[in-house]
Amino acid sequence: MPETVDPPEGGAPKSGDAAPQVTTTGVTEAPEVTAQGGTRWTPKRIGIAVVVALLLVWLATKAAGNLRQFAVVSLNGITLAALYFVVASGFTLIFGLMRVVNMAHGSLYLLGGYLALKLQESWFEEDAGLNLSLSGTSDAEYGLLGWIVPVIVATAIIGVVGVIMQQVFLRWNQGQELRQALITIALSVIIADQMLAAFGGISQRISPPTAWPTSILLPGDVRFGFFRGVVVLSAALLIAVGLWYVIKRTRFGKIVRAGVDDRDMVAALGINVQLVFAGAFLIGAMLAGFGGVLGGSMISLQPGEDTAFLLNSLIVVIIGGMGSLGGAAIGALALGLVDSYADVYLVFGDTDLTNYSILVTFALLVAVLAFRPLGLFGRPA
Amino acid sequence: MTGVGKGRLGWIGLGVVVLLAALMPLLVSDFFLSVILTKTLWLGVAAASLIFLAAYGGMVSLAQVGIYAVAGMTFANLVAADGGHAAAWSPWLAALAALVVATVVGLGFGAISARSEGIYFLMITLAFSVLVFYFFSQVTELSGFGGINNVDLPGILGNPSQDPVPLFYITLVVSVLVFLALRGISRTPFGLALQGVRDEPARMRALGFDVTRHRMLAFGFAALIAALAGVLSVWYNRRISPGSIGLAQTIDVLIIAVIGGLYRLEGAWVGALTYALIDNYSREYTPSIGDVLGPGRFNTVIGVIFLVIVLASPGGLVGLWENVKERLGRGRGERGSPQSGTAGHEGGPAPGTVQ
Repeated sequence: MPETVDPPEGGAPKSGDAAPQVTTTGVTEAPEVTAQGGTRWTPKRIGIAVVVALLLVWLATKAAGNLRQFAVVSLNGITLAALYFVVASGFTLIFGLMRVVNMAHGSLYLLGGYLALKLQESWFEEDAGLNLSLSGTSDAEYGLLGWIVPVIVATAIIGVVGVIMQQVFLRWNQGQELRQALITIALSVIIADQMLAAFGGISQRISPPTAWPTSILLPGDVRFGFFRGVVVLSAALLIAVGLWYVIKRTRFGKIVRAGVDDRDMVAALGINVQLVFAGAFLIGAMLAGFGGVLGGSMISLQPGEDTAFLLNSLIVVIIGGMGSLGGAAIGALALGLVDSYADVYLVFGDTDLTNYSILVTFALLVAVLAFRPLGLFGRPA
Repeated sequence: MTGVGKGRLGWIGLGVVVLLAALMPLLVSDFFLSVILTKTLWLGVAAASLIFLAAYGGMVSLAQVGIYAVAGMTFANLVAADGGHAAAWSPWLAALAALVVATVVGLGFGAISARSEGIYFLMITLAFSVLVFYFFSQVTELSGFGGINNVDLPGILGNPSQDPVPLFYITLVVSVLVFLALRGISRTPFGLALQGVRDEPARMRALGFDVTRHRMLAFGFAALIAALAGVLSVWYNRRISPGSIGLAQTIDVLIIAVIGGLYRLEGAWVGALTYALIDNYSREYTPSIGDVLGPGRFNTVIGVIFLVIVLASPGGLVGLWENVKERLGRGRGERGSPQSGTAGHEGGPAPGTVQ
């Protein structure tokens, strides 16, 4: 079957990379793992490979009709994935090390965005001065500093908020996962309500520096937003590389990796685990806050975005596997691409099914969980 | 909780509570009956489905509101109404169909999530619930524009806005039946096996029980209960909209369950009553402190209460009551038996511990 071997790009990691791992660990150490599925080309695997192949062929026929549109939709998906990754990487980092499911992660995201917006308005608004009267709405102009400074300050504040949250509410009940999740849910309810009171219910946006172009021209006569295509994407790539470096190459990263595997042993070796936990929470919260600023400049800030990004982070890490940064990247890419393709291509002749695009997201989640209950790169706790 | 005397005491207690509740229409105003008591009862049913899964299955599910939304939306679409499909079925038939559809959806959710445990399960079910919300927000053919209004009710209910008594009694009957059914099922072989699965999944698997199937069936049964709550909620509100089945409602049902006590069935209605009272009266009595606190900040109030309960008493109000009872008992010189030291719930895991 030469056809089924070649196209299932999405299915390949399951059968190719992960399968041998399952056999070795499954047979020698943890018999439970084998319950997750066979290792060879079982009918299940062939089935999913065929489905993925069919989906890719279907996508290709849709794409061939209008290549320029396909390029824009793909870029949309990739940039969305970049934003999802920034937010979800913080979520998965915190979970991986501390087993804390931070249900307030979406709230930190939105709070970061709002803080940056308020800082921008109160510190840099007068730069624009005269332009305000022209259209009434935010026609203010902002220099590079008018965007960068709020980004840095808001990100730092959210980091501190995260650490305070961890120290006050989560530190003393470590290991009680459910209780910690409930605590963060309670916090998210309070924060969401306070944000509604403080920032109102209207949709708002952070203005990128006025000097930046609105769009860029790509080869093939494709126009794409500059902020979305260049800034968000490169920020996500930088963060990915930075996180990879910190986790793989620094002492802190070593401790984090060791802590993911065996917290008690790390503590027994005399390492100040509490400090490492606080550090991980700082980074995780900062990533949420920074994501909020990016999202607030790229999409918008309004009540409900906290829920949306909590859901996105959840789906990304459920797909990728909790606690795995690589998984978060793959999960974000899958979610972002599926979201944006489903929003555009679910049209069959005259019937427009784009309303139902959320079902495709659901199907993605189900498909992954059906084969790997712990996500693509998940490991048993 | 094992002694015969105590069991009989439980029955008497239940009888007294139900009798008192049945007399309520004579004692309180129509407003109180409808806005507090009827609401308590159907919110309690929703919370009971969550507590059943948590207490007997060890699964804290946030998908209950998603299932309840499926039931409510199915019902609202099948009967005559403003918005949605307005298929004008008989309300009873529509209610039955809603229960079936929601239970099937619930079994599907269960089949996917039953292999996950603990915190993973919580996250996956939360994702389900939010996905259902986004589904109904996007698909306006099914949810109307801004919701489905003036939903047709079974004739027996009359017009609840003028006479809330029939709806109150129906909700009361459903609540009692749900309570008895959930209590009953925990004593069947299936219920006992489920509790075994909760405590020692590996051992149960070794004994030959199909752990995943037990979890899935429990989830399906809880889905039926959640679906009942969904239909009752539409009967109560006479409308349903995507806004009423969002994350806020998911968290409200969780808050109710936690306030009442995650490991005792009766906690569902205790929590629901507390919630309904706070919901209704906090707006009047909340002092205004700038933007931070005031009549419009109900979510802050309920969030803080939720936070305090989670921090102070993971067993909720019922757990708090049992702790107090235990302390008093000890104070009088009775020797606290080792069993009562574990907060006395029926074999539920110690509060706050989740495998």
